Amino acid sequence: MTVILFYVFAAILIVSAVMVVSARNSVHAALFLVLAFCNAAGLFLIAGAEFLAIMLITIYAGAVMILFLFVVMTMNTNLVQAREGVQRYMPLGLLVAGVLVFELVMVALNYKIDPKIIDVVSQPNLKAIPNTTALGSAIYTHYILLFQISGLVLLVAMIGAIVLTLRHRPINRRQNITRQHMREPVQTLEMKSVNLNQGVEENGGFLRPKDSYYGIAEKDSFGPSPGDKMDITEKRQKGE
Amino acid sequence: MNIIHTIGLAPYLTVSAGLLAIGMFGIFANRKNLLVVLMSIELILLSANLNLIAFSSALQNLTGQIMVVFSLTIAAAESAIGIAIIVAYFRNRHSVQIEDASIMKG
Repeated sequence: MTVILFYVFAAILIVSAVMVVSARNSVHAALFLVLAFCNAAGLFLIAGAEFLAIMLITIYAGAVMILFLFVVMTMNTNLVQAREGVQRYMPLGLLVAGVLVFELVMVALNYKIDPKIIDVVSQPNLKAIPNTTALGSAIYTHYILLFQISGLVLLVAMIGAIVLTLRHRPINRRQNITRQHMREPVQTLEMKSVNLNQGVEENGGFLRPKDSYYGIAEKDSFGPSPGDKMDITEKRQKGE
Repeated sequence: MNIIHTIGLAPYLTVSAGLLAIGMFGIFANRKNLLVVLMSIELILLSANLNLIAFSSALQNLTGQIMVVFSLTIAAAESAIGIAIIVAYFRNRHSVQIEDASIMKG
């Protein structure tokens, strides 16, 4: 039963991998890659790596491929679609793949595993504990430094991806800290002596802050630029 | 579970070698789409992971599976950065064709 399952998973894996590299539409390629990863997770399960099988489905089929599909669908499909003239580089690809397969076949025909290696490296108590427990107890003790460093790698990747794709648009209104620090109360506050029994109307209505709203905006942020129609700083100062 | 007693090591390695060859072929033969190149790199990494898992199971040693954990981390970081680069490239050139990425060719 296990053998049949293995061959079913392996066959679907290979076929979907071929479809990934040969699909004309990038969306189809991404979906075939999801299928390939799910079948690889089946192979992982057969080999006894249960935790990694679930992780493969969660990370790849769940996160990375969603990212791929999102990017593919954000782009214009006509531009993403294949341009004709793939045949030009087909011989080169076939040559490289053929050389690779030849080397691997040569290795496969001539390899020999030391029969004593299982006695040397095997961990006999592995069968007693579940896979996830064993992985956790190894990662959080012997491999804790590598684990932390891989977290740092993810952090760097996150920052790098944000930096690469962040674009400053003139939509968002940003804080100008220098201007805030240089600001005096006189610029925004106007002290008035109000007589008794007088409302807002008698004192000239509501006043906007003198300088704050209509000041020149910081470069690349939303707001009037110098000489703009919206820039009424001078009018305000003149009292119009 | 030990795959030595049920399937054997060789079928796993064969599947993994096939995946590697298909991924390499995808990188070299495909000159049209940067995204498919990234997907081919994912296939190659998957074949490496499959090898590690097969040996880990056959030799009854957990180290291979731990290496797969780290390799999955690196693969996720790589694909995130790669997709960010492709998005930035698409924004500048309005294309994801590989042949258009020849500005540094000299």
